[in-house]
Amino acid sequence: MGKFEPVLTRNVGVPHSTDLKVYELRGGYRGVRKALKMTPEELIDEVKDANLRGRGGAGFPAGVKWSFLPKDRTTTYLCVNADESEPPTFCNRVLMEHDPHQLVEGIIIAAYATQSQVAYIYLRGEFHEQFHVLQKAVDEAYASGYLGQGVFGSDYSLDVYLHRGAGAYVCGEETGLIESLEGKRGWPRIKPPFPAIEGLFRKPTVVNNVETLSCLPHIIERGASWFTSIGPPHSAGPKLFCISGPVNRPGCYEETMEITVRELIERDDLGGGMLPGKKVKGVLPGGASMGALTADELDMKMDFDDPRKYGLLGLGTAAAVVFDEDTDIRLVLRNLARFYGTESCGQCTQCREGTSWMYKIALRIEEGAGRLEDLDILLETARNMGMMPGLSICGLPDGATYPIETIVKKFRSELEAAIRAQPPGRAQEMLRVLN
Amino acid sequence: MAWKTINRQESVVDADAPSALSEAVREKIRSFFPRYETKRAVLLPALWIVQNTNGHVSHQAMVEIADLLEIHPSDVLDTLSFYTHFWTHPKGKKVVTVCRSLSCELMGGADVLAEVKKQLGIDEHGTSADGQYSLVTEECLACCDHAPCMIINEKTHKHLRPADVAGILADESNDRLAIPRSDLFDAPLGAVEGSGESASVDRVIGSTSDVDEMRDAD
Ligand SMILES: Cc1cc2nc3c(=O)[nH]c(=O)nc-3n(C[C@H](O)[C@H](O)[C@H](O)COP(=O)(O)O)c2cc1C
Ligand code: SF4
Ligand code: FES
Repeated sequence: MGKFEPVLTRNVGVPHSTDLKVYELRGGYRGVRKALKMTPEELIDEVKDANLRGRGGAGFPAGVKWSFLPKDRTTTYLCVNADESEPPTFCNRVLMEHDPHQLVEGIIIAAYATQSQVAYIYLRGEFHEQFHVLQKAVDEAYASGYLGQGVFGSDYSLDVYLHRGAGAYVCGEETGLIESLEGKRGWPRIKPPFPAIEGLFRKPTVVNNVETLSCLPHIIERGASWFTSIGPPHSAGPKLFCISGPVNRPGCYEETMEITVRELIERDDLGGGMLPGKKVKGVLPGGASMGALTADELDMKMDFDDPRKYGLLGLGTAAAVVFDEDTDIRLVLRNLARFYGTESCGQCTQCREGTSWMYKIALRIEEGAGRLEDLDILLETARNMGMMPGLSICGLPDGATYPIETIVKKFRSELEAAIRAQPPGRAQEMLRVLN
Repeated sequence: MAWKTINRQESVVDADAPSALSEAVREKIRSFFPRYETKRAVLLPALWIVQNTNGHVSHQAMVEIADLLEIHPSDVLDTLSFYTHFWTHPKGKKVVTVCRSLSCELMGGADVLAEVKKQLGIDEHGTSADGQYSLVTEECLACCDHAPCMIINEKTHKHLRPADVAGILADESNDRLAIPRSDLFDAPLGAVEGSGESASVDRVIGSTSDVDEMRDAD
């Protein structure tokens, strides 16, 4: 197999890659010109043929999502999900920082295919630099006639606005994002109706991730069969992978979904191996919410299917964080549990209470006041709060349970040993103090 | 720890006080109206605009925003209180946001946070006595490849070591971006003289996390 040539990140590292001129000189805005000569239906079919699966976490095919829009609609909105709040994910940030015009081009293609009049880019509040880079790109595109009235001289018009969030993980969930855009708290909506039927301002709406949209110019320019020729059958196309933690080359890398977790960590052109003297204890390979792997499970493929075989929720954001042998597993458990405890939006009782119970228990275990039965209580809580049994409005509690459950199950002996090593009476003493 | 309670006996909004929103701020907020189907959707931009010029969003400002967007003041508070970036009381000129998520903690983020606390003499959610800095922690800042990291107002500081912290905090321009800014939003410079709002930070608010509480319980 020949060496994979990066597509999405081909402009990363090129001087002035954020300038419209540089982007065009390097072949940019060709896909959209071609797209505008096709009909929206042809475009949707092309993206369906490419089987472009959403890169935001759920992996739902973009073309299929677009075809759910009602035929008789008059107004359509496109929302670009640039909330990127899943720890430890940062690939959308890299795309926006280095190649904002690729995203703008993808937005125009998706907006035309869905016949949207307005596209909103929902950026998380912490993205300051990225906001200014992207706003400048949008301004440039307007000035060149690529946005606004009659884009590229066609009779199709599109406005693109940036909208800044203000610190809430749940606003990355598509209906939380929509509520937030409407000026409300980011409380996810009960579905159905799905956004394609009733979304932003109660109008048909499509929500797509930054990386998903950035794939579009290339699919249109090179064709669906080019896209499906890359990577394994159900996980086609180039993909960005993040790696962080104690490795030599933390960063965002583009590869096919054929790579394994081990390659992502070890390969010289990817993670570059562990820092000197460090050994892998475990990995969260798909963002925090997908669950953990042990050092024995590193042969998992980073595609849409393989993670399920290892007890994980899915590929997620394909962002791996490695923890090493010197890291106390109790710290990992507590850090993850706190994240969901503070980020649950509080609408659903079992998610609000469950995530904060898990945090309190994990914190107590870390502080050396755990009880052996706490591990079963964690598992029982995890089993009873997710969307899978149909109890919750959004997917956050599923994302909360997978890391907790997999860590408790896969690292149970270490947790039990730590609890057994506590001074006798410590747990009872702490419970008395806390209650 | 110096706790100050908020006086809830008197009305939080003084009808005779000067307006919290200058005409320029109002105009800036109105310029967002054509972008959305409803005026309410302008609420997050409006809160950013007000906070960037006044340093925080007072109750008085909330009432005036509500008036401008034709919604109820409680709708403004309802939305504002959901998001962690908005302040309802004066904060420091610069807000230091330290990442506390997993990649940063694995790479030494807790030591960096401890050093920031020590240098500024404040705890999380506190504001330094000179009104220069407030300190908060946030979950993953999407910058884990440069862990551990923190943001000061708009600028991200990467690959931090505790030894770097004092130098960074002493640097005047530690909150400025090196790239050209869009003028859609002003830089968050905290309290600005001349706005109708009392922007002085007259209290030091201390706070402890549950972790500290547990450790102190020994
Ligand atoms: C709690 C939660 C947080 C989410 N955060 C994000 C996010 O930050 N960015 C993102 O693109 N998708 C996020 N998603 C997934 C979105 O709901 C949605 O599936 C995605 O934006 C669809 O885009 P795609 O089909 O292009 O992947 C989140 C989902 C949940 C349940
Ligand atoms: S499941 Fe949790 S995060 Fe999602 S809507 Fe319910 S309470 Fe909010
Ligand atoms: S964990 Fe700190 S930036 Fe992601």
